[in-house]
Amino acid sequence: MIRVNGEEMEWRPGLTVKDILEAKRFVFPMIGVWINDKPVPRDKFETTTVNDGDEVQVIHMISGG
Amino acid sequence: MEKMKLLAEWKYEPKKIERGYAGRTLYVNIGDRSFKEKPVTEDMKEKFVGGRGFGLKLLWDAVKDTTKWNDPENELVISGGPLCGITQYPGSGKCYTVFISPLTEQTYDSNAGGYFGPLLKFSGWDALEVQGKSDRDVILFIDGDNNKVEVYESPFEDINAVTITEALHEYFADSEEDKRNISVASTGKGAETTNWGCLNMSFYDLRRKTPRLKQAGRGGGGTVFRDKKLAAIVVRKRGVGPASNNPADISVLQRTGLKLHKEIRDLDDQQNKMRKVGTPHLNEIMNEYHLLPVHNYKFGQHPEASKIHSKIFEKLFTQGIPDGCWYGCSMACAKAVDGFELKTGPLKGKKVTVDGPEYETCAGLGSNIGIFDPEWIIEANFYADHYGIDTISLGTGLAFVCECYELGFLNKDITNGLELKFGSKDDLMELIHRMGRGDDKFASIVGLGIHKMKKVFAEKYGAPFEVMEKIGMEGQGIEVSEYVPKESVAQWGGYFLTLKGPQHDEAWLIFMDRVNKQLPTFEDKAEALHYFPNFRLWFSLVGLCKLPWNDIEPADNVVKYKGIEAAKVPEHVQNYVDLFNAVTGKSITKEELIVQSERVYNFQRVFQLRLGKGTRRDHNIPLRAIGPVFPEEWEVRTEYYDNELKAAGIDSKGLTTEEKIRKLQEYRLSQWEQLVDAVYKRRGWNKNGIPTVETLKRLGIDYPDVVEVVRKHSKPEDNWEE
Ligand code: SF4
Repeated sequence: MIRVNGEEMEWRPGLTVKDILEAKRFVFPMIGVWINDKPVPRDKFETTTVNDGDEVQVIHMISGG
Repeated sequence: MEKMKLLAEWKYEPKKIERGYAGRTLYVNIGDRSFKEKPVTEDMKEKFVGGRGFGLKLLWDAVKDTTKWNDPENELVISGGPLCGITQYPGSGKCYTVFISPLTEQTYDSNAGGYFGPLLKFSGWDALEVQGKSDRDVILFIDGDNNKVEVYESPFEDINAVTITEALHEYFADSEEDKRNISVASTGKGAETTNWGCLNMSFYDLRRKTPRLKQAGRGGGGTVFRDKKLAAIVVRKRGVGPASNNPADISVLQRTGLKLHKEIRDLDDQQNKMRKVGTPHLNEIMNEYHLLPVHNYKFGQHPEASKIHSKIFEKLFTQGIPDGCWYGCSMACAKAVDGFELKTGPLKGKKVTVDGPEYETCAGLGSNIGIFDPEWIIEANFYADHYGIDTISLGTGLAFVCECYELGFLNKDITNGLELKFGSKDDLMELIHRMGRGDDKFASIVGLGIHKMKKVFAEKYGAPFEVMEKIGMEGQGIEVSEYVPKESVAQWGGYFLTLKGPQHDEAWLIFMDRVNKQLPTFEDKAEALHYFPNFRLWFSLVGLCKLPWNDIEPADNVVKYKGIEAAKVPEHVQNYVDLFNAVTGKSITKEELIVQSERVYNFQRVFQLRLGKGTRRDHNIPLRAIGPVFPEEWEVRTEYYDNELKAAGIDSKGLTTEEKIRKLQEYRLSQWEQLVDAVYKRRGWNKNGIPTVETLKRLGIDYPDVVEVVRKHSKPEDNWEE
């Protein structure tokens, strides 16, 4: 189990940041991701995996039109 | 066009701009056709900065406590601000119009792009103040080349925006090239027949060979404009260049500007694609996150939303043209549809260039009224601008009408034959044309705005007021802009704990609160409702556009900064501090930037109080804004709402959907009150939402007349307990 923005989410081996964003339908392009408080560059979302028990924070950088 | 009849003329001394300021403002009384200049004092610069700040200060001095929007002493004050007109940094051509609003009956400010603000300043004026009422339609001309102000009798039968703007660019220019040195402020017939009048500020697009219209849409400024019998205000100034502001250090502007141009060039395609699609990049995003208003904000999503996806608008917008609404804006989001053949209305068959639609228009004149047809949206957008009607209030107002119609509160007898259901494209377009013509009683009632419509529908047609109170999406008398706020407590404040009503220019916290979960406590929400409104207000003081702040961000922003700090885009904030100092020669810090805004924020709050508003009672919120009103709204999000009840500790076993809705409403109303308390405390206001004298003192705006207003309305029982 991991936590994404404070909510529990099922973990599986090989789960990437990109998988998490897809599962949550976080489709906004300007997103920041931190795993256990460490930032993940946007171009590494596809290749960065998370470990069981990780705390993931997904921040949408948006403030309206 | 025939020669216009000159009614009055006034010559003035030329003035060089020094460090972003002309150092004086222009006063015109359009009633007795008198003119004067007023000095800009150091105190005025220090405390009010410029733009909206100047507008509020001048308006404060001009009106009485009892002034109504249509009294002659009400004014339209237009001002850019000290950074307005720089050409090195994207988004630097905005101006702000301040007035007492026919919708909210208190001060309102609305911003527009186009060239008006910069050309006004470079003509030698930090602000233009128009007071009085003319006895006939007039055109006010500020001739910055020959240093004179003229008032002409308007020869126009058709005062609608496109007609009058095209003609006046032609009339006042010596050549095609010269049309760029002119900006026209205009509105249209719909601004007379509704309270939703917008102002169109033009710039001439040399590539398309047509004027473009950017709107100061909100608040009914166009209605005030027509009440004064202004047909147009024209400003002309030739020879504007990169040094026209005479900044203290031009090299900083160049350096900072280059950095942002590079960011935009390298990153915009991966980020928001502003240069290709403009703000409609939000259409699909809002739908995906249940935030796109559908059917008068009942829902946040719709299966047909794919039909208004930004990819579709990308094809409709002309590509490959740098669409900046002022020189140097490489963000270039002022997209337009060219060669659009109108299918209805007085210009049917004509091929036109349509400015926009922006996201708000796609949602307001689209999903919110159940229409998912881009061509219809573009046509409605064109006519709303042409008639001088704000597309946001129009969209939200029509959505309310459609729901009332579907609930059986209205029928064809009342609407004069129109079937106004969600998605009734032809009849809704006809209603817009009726507003533009001003020949239909029902259309006039709609144009009063939701706040007044509720009363008229109840009194005249027996519609149940209490239901309309729940579903009418307005606050402080003005329609909500186009985001569904019901799932974010912080955004209730972002919309309804605002200075002037539910517009998204103060704080847009939905993602931060609901998705990112960055604001767990009321204190966190209150802090965000302190910082973001004040930060964003600053753009309106200096003459900048908000979009290049965070619709683009440095590649490493989210690696270098975390959480809410990242959302502030610190490097861009530093750019603004640097730009301000480089133009004005001052040396403010990022903290002082917030204080500059806070002063004006609190001053405007006291101004609303002075006009009989501005207390807790005026921070009203409709039930539709905090949750479902009808079962169908609950039932499309059952899992979410059931969880919300559970999280609130409410046992919903065995309850019907109606009972669950009532329980959630009770709970959320108590949350609302907690939010109001937390926000008022953070802002230094008393329990009744009035800034305390200590707050005025801290901010240095404890002028005797300001303090007197606060003292007059403050009661000891409204003080916070220790
Ligand atoms: S970002 Fe868009 S709206 Fe803002 S100044 Fe540039 S073109 Fe105009």
